[in-house]
Amino acid sequence: MELKVLDQPETGGGCSSGSCGSTDDQLSHLPDAIREKVHNHPCYSEEAHHHFARMHVAVAPACNIQCHYCNRKYDCANESRPGVVSELLTPDQAVKKTMAVAANIPQMTVLGIAGPGDPLANPERTFETFRQLSEKAPDIKLCVSTNGLALPAAVEELSKHNIDHVTITINTVDPEIGAKIYPWVFWNNRRIKGKKGAKILIEQQQKGLEMLTEKGILVKVNSVMIPGVNDDHLKEVSKIVKQKGAFLHNVMPLIAEAEHGTFYGVMGQRGPTHDELQVLQDACAGDMNMMRHCRQCRADAVGLLGEDRGEEFTMDKIEAMDIDYEAAMVKRAEVHAAIANELEQKNNQPNESLVTLSSIKKKDTRPVLMAVATTGGGVVNQHFGHATEFLIYEANTTDVRFISHRKVEDLYCSGGDTCGDGETVLQKIIKVLDGCEAVICSKIGYEPWSQLEEAGIMPNGEHAMEPIEEAVAAVYKEMIESGVLDEAESDAELVTA
Amino acid sequence: MPYSIVESCVKCHACSPACPNGAIYETTAHFMVDPKKCTECEGDYADPQCASICPIEGAILNGFSEVANPPGSLTGIPPEKLAEAMAEIQAR
Repeated sequence: MELKVLDQPETGGGCSSGSCGSTDDQLSHLPDAIREKVHNHPCYSEEAHHHFARMHVAVAPACNIQCHYCNRKYDCANESRPGVVSELLTPDQAVKKTMAVAANIPQMTVLGIAGPGDPLANPERTFETFRQLSEKAPDIKLCVSTNGLALPAAVEELSKHNIDHVTITINTVDPEIGAKIYPWVFWNNRRIKGKKGAKILIEQQQKGLEMLTEKGILVKVNSVMIPGVNDDHLKEVSKIVKQKGAFLHNVMPLIAEAEHGTFYGVMGQRGPTHDELQVLQDACAGDMNMMRHCRQCRADAVGLLGEDRGEEFTMDKIEAMDIDYEAAMVKRAEVHAAIANELEQKNNQPNESLVTLSSIKKKDTRPVLMAVATTGGGVVNQHFGHATEFLIYEANTTDVRFISHRKVEDLYCSGGDTCGDGETVLQKIIKVLDGCEAVICSKIGYEPWSQLEEAGIMPNGEHAMEPIEEAVAAVYKEMIESGVLDEAESDAELVTA
Repeated sequence: MPYSIVESCVKCHACSPACPNGAIYETTAHFMVDPKKCTECEGDYADPQCASICPIEGAILNGFSEVANPPGSLTGIPPEKLAEAMAEIQAR
């Protein structure tokens, strides 16, 4: 299968050369059958994640391995990272919750089981949930995320439940490296430590990947980028998993803070910088499609990516709801059709950013990173002060592409006195926007304006309600024409050096 | 001498299906081992299953009331390093 390279600035024109974010270019190399399966899956398509929601149900508490970025003791309502969960559900409760959410958030298309342990280390609870949902809510897509150890043994059962997406977290294909990430695995009734354990895990992951693709089940691979441990190695991982049929590779940054009590957190292992992550994602992109909009959700997340409406659907609230799922399914079908229609219309419109970029005369101008405040829908529609995350785009003279999202506030934590170090919120945001030269939002106050400007980030509130790529292209063009990019060149080089 | 589970158990459920004797049950506070049913897995497995899958150091005691998985043995975090980190977080 020929894969499209994401970034080819010198060839082709505009969006044809890469992933714009406004189209499904990210998935364009895929056969129609696969595109049909993923086009409305918020976790697989840059575009879909603005419009469709997903939820996770925490039915799988047990795990069969230990990862150095995970601490099984941790649970905090203010935290948002994988493996963390507030309320463990029984399969019956999970089914009830899923149907309640599906009825109340009709954009919800996908139900995933991701933990807080490993779903396949809890086969009875996981498959009971899938069994009931396939029967009672056939309009919901099911997916599962696993470390892979128990995957080969579960493939047969997975294929019975209409599960067409499986995510495997593969951080390495080398047992030496594996021993630095996984202290032990539980295998054949023994705890097996070190390299020996890592080797078993790697073998099972690769075998599971091959078995799934043979069955026609879509496989996405997640990798955690751990600087100094597996960062360089992930390029090889990317190549291998693509060869074996994975259709997407998602490289995520390590989340490690001492207060999480994880091995990496306590031992001071750092996560990658925004820059390092982007460089690795770009390096892997040549080999395979990359996913850049992943929000590293909690195992009980509910809603659009980047938002969590889990609080509205706690078990006590769900018990009080009276759900007529037959009626809900009719409404859901209407909502899904309306979104599909809206997306089709949008994709049929000529892309204005093409025009904006093609009119740029100075083709040797360097690319610029910009931050965008949006609540979704693919348009600039959020007040700077209300943004809890920013989408980062890169503009160059031929293309605008989505790079990543960056969360505001103390990373993955929004509460508690133990987290802050006396910085103002604005100072933190400025730090989060490191490397960006403009921030595009619907509105912005006077005070943040001047401080952002001082930090070398140009605020822009003149493109409210415009499609994001068009706004980014327009601001890029304005920057070129005003000469700001010529002046800033030497400064920018100093900063990145 | 039966194994037992103490209050540091986080109720992750891993041990209960692993037990060949169905000796492990859930209570509001944590999981417990029924001492009448526990055989230390003798005759079934080389290692006691609950202590082999439990991810929490100190949560399971062996027949001599000794910690089956001592501090640092599962996470790889040296206990003094953990104490240091905790003290630093407390001081903030």
